[in-house]
Amino acid sequence: MTIEVRNLVKKFGAFAALDDVDLRVADGELLALLGPSGSGKTTLLRIIAGLDWPDSGEVFFDGENALLRNAGERHVGFVFQHYALFRHMTVFENVAFGLRVQPRAIRKDEAGIRARVKELLDLVQLDWLANRYPSQLSGGQRQRIALARALAIEPRILLLDEPFGALDAKVRKELRQWLRSLHHEINVTSIFVTHDQEEALEVANRVVVMDKGRIEQVGTPAEVYDSPASAFVHGFIGESIELPVHVADGAVRLGGEKLALAAHDAGPGASRLFVRRHDMQIGPAGAGAFQGEITHVRNFGPVQRAEVALSHGKTVIEVDAPRDRELRAGEIVGLNPRRYRIFAA
Amino acid sequence: MTMELPHSLVLTYPKEDGRLSALHNDPRTEPRAVRIAIIGVAVTFLGIFVVLPLIVVFAQAFSRGISAYVMALGNPEALSAIRLTLLIAAISVGLNLVFGLVAAWAIAKFEFRGKTFLVSLIDLPFSVSPVISGLVFVLLFGAQGFFGPWLASHNIRLLFAVPGMTLATLFVTFPFVARALIPLMQEQGTQEEEAALSLGASGLQAFFRVTLPNIKWGVLYGVLLCNARAMGEFGAVSVVSGHIRGETNTMPLLVEILYNEYQFVASFAIASLLAMLALITLVAKTILERHLDEGKLSHDH
Repeated sequence: MTIEVRNLVKKFGAFAALDDVDLRVADGELLALLGPSGSGKTTLLRIIAGLDWPDSGEVFFDGENALLRNAGERHVGFVFQHYALFRHMTVFENVAFGLRVQPRAIRKDEAGIRARVKELLDLVQLDWLANRYPSQLSGGQRQRIALARALAIEPRILLLDEPFGALDAKVRKELRQWLRSLHHEINVTSIFVTHDQEEALEVANRVVVMDKGRIEQVGTPAEVYDSPASAFVHGFIGESIELPVHVADGAVRLGGEKLALAAHDAGPGASRLFVRRHDMQIGPAGAGAFQGEITHVRNFGPVQRAEVALSHGKTVIEVDAPRDRELRAGEIVGLNPRRYRIFAA
Repeated sequence: MTMELPHSLVLTYPKEDGRLSALHNDPRTEPRAVRIAIIGVAVTFLGIFVVLPLIVVFAQAFSRGISAYVMALGNPEALSAIRLTLLIAAISVGLNLVFGLVAAWAIAKFEFRGKTFLVSLIDLPFSVSPVISGLVFVLLFGAQGFFGPWLASHNIRLLFAVPGMTLATLFVTFPFVARALIPLMQEQGTQEEEAALSLGASGLQAFFRVTLPNIKWGVLYGVLLCNARAMGEFGAVSVVSGHIRGETNTMPLLVEILYNEYQFVASFAIASLLAMLALITLVAKTILERHLDEGKLSHDH
């Protein structure tokens, strides 16, 4: 099922949670809504689910106006951040709920319901927990039961609000891969909300980066990482070095000094220069666009991280360098960005 | 310097230490004497102010033997008072259950203007003296009252009759169910209801299958306290009852009347019923509180 959102606006008092949002989701996609808290991503998800209503704008499922239908009629599976499992029901009854509340005419008989619940519990590999209560489950198990419950109604769309937010790091990693393969298996158009960029980039086919109620960029994980469309996206995704520069007549200046960098298509005026930490190459003194002194080196993991005090503008930056060349504190080096982007400030 | 310390001191020190640590080194407890004194004061106080009166009530009720006790309760006046008390309690508890549920639902699950005001309004019956509550109804529905002439012209009799007593009880016991449910429902939030709705449940299905089971112990708790107060209410009911014997006397009112007429056995026999109600309420309350705590623990993660 395709989802299309047009000119969506939602205000809570004076705060604009969604400010003219447009989005298209293709059939079978696994989409991530990524942004800091307060960026409007959960509000967007809740409006698609029918749990919130926009002040203005439209939502279409397969070209059909979804705002004419309430949450129950939209056949949307929603997995809540804190799972919202029915605490007084067993796991089995939780999963069966959506089947039991169906109108009598289309409701399955008891045997049909049992078979379907069994099937779903097998899918999430938790059939042995059928008679437990939610309070007796671990976080990861609750998460999977919440998913099984949402899938019981054979949703046309699956929406997940911070699906891994409340889990510890190890369980989180396992569930990420599991969600990917599950999506591959059931192939339902799915959207999940996250504030964790790693999660978004690792799990989703496409990532929607949001900030302050607006969509900053939509693209594949590679696109948003390698070609950020705005200063916000560059700063939010991946680790970046940010320098305040000034562009005039095609020249880029930092602290008044001209850098040996092309301004490309950056407009004149105060600007922000972004470089990925690992895109800053460390070379001999005198070579490269920047000069600086290494003040501190930390060796861990696959790279070594050097703190460099730039001679321009008295700023200290952190650079990730490969470990093939040993760096020492006190060394004077030249730095050259392999790739960089300039955005208007 | 250490060499010069008296040998005995060094030897006795560990013994002293063992005893001292038991008394003083544990910061969580007080010396035994202090503990005994505090517990003693509490027990004595409870004994004099709670247990003793209770014993006196039953002692007086049975002072002329069991047959006198049974006779007192079998008296038509007493039977009518018991019937009336049960009737008024049933109506008030039933209506306040519905009002309380609706009010708690509105306050806990929706955001709207004037919510704080509504919450304070619910507490009003707790902060007003019951006698005043009764007087308010006299002022509203009495012969010289606000609605008095209209009611008289339509031949409707509220005051000094069962409807007025029910209204007064209703007013006084209104907060119990709502008060028991608001914090519970606020803590539980709306996510489970949202989940139910997104799974295709109708509003009613969500209420009966998700909301109500989640708050059932709270509801019972509120009903229990509401019932205890409805049966025991004296002040407000006394003002609006008119004390018509055999007609508008509830159990608490009859206790006073009989006592003033020096019919101590009869008076305390009725009082013993109210005391038993209190004891049963107490036990039931303890059981319900345990269930409520368990409920809290089970979703406390």
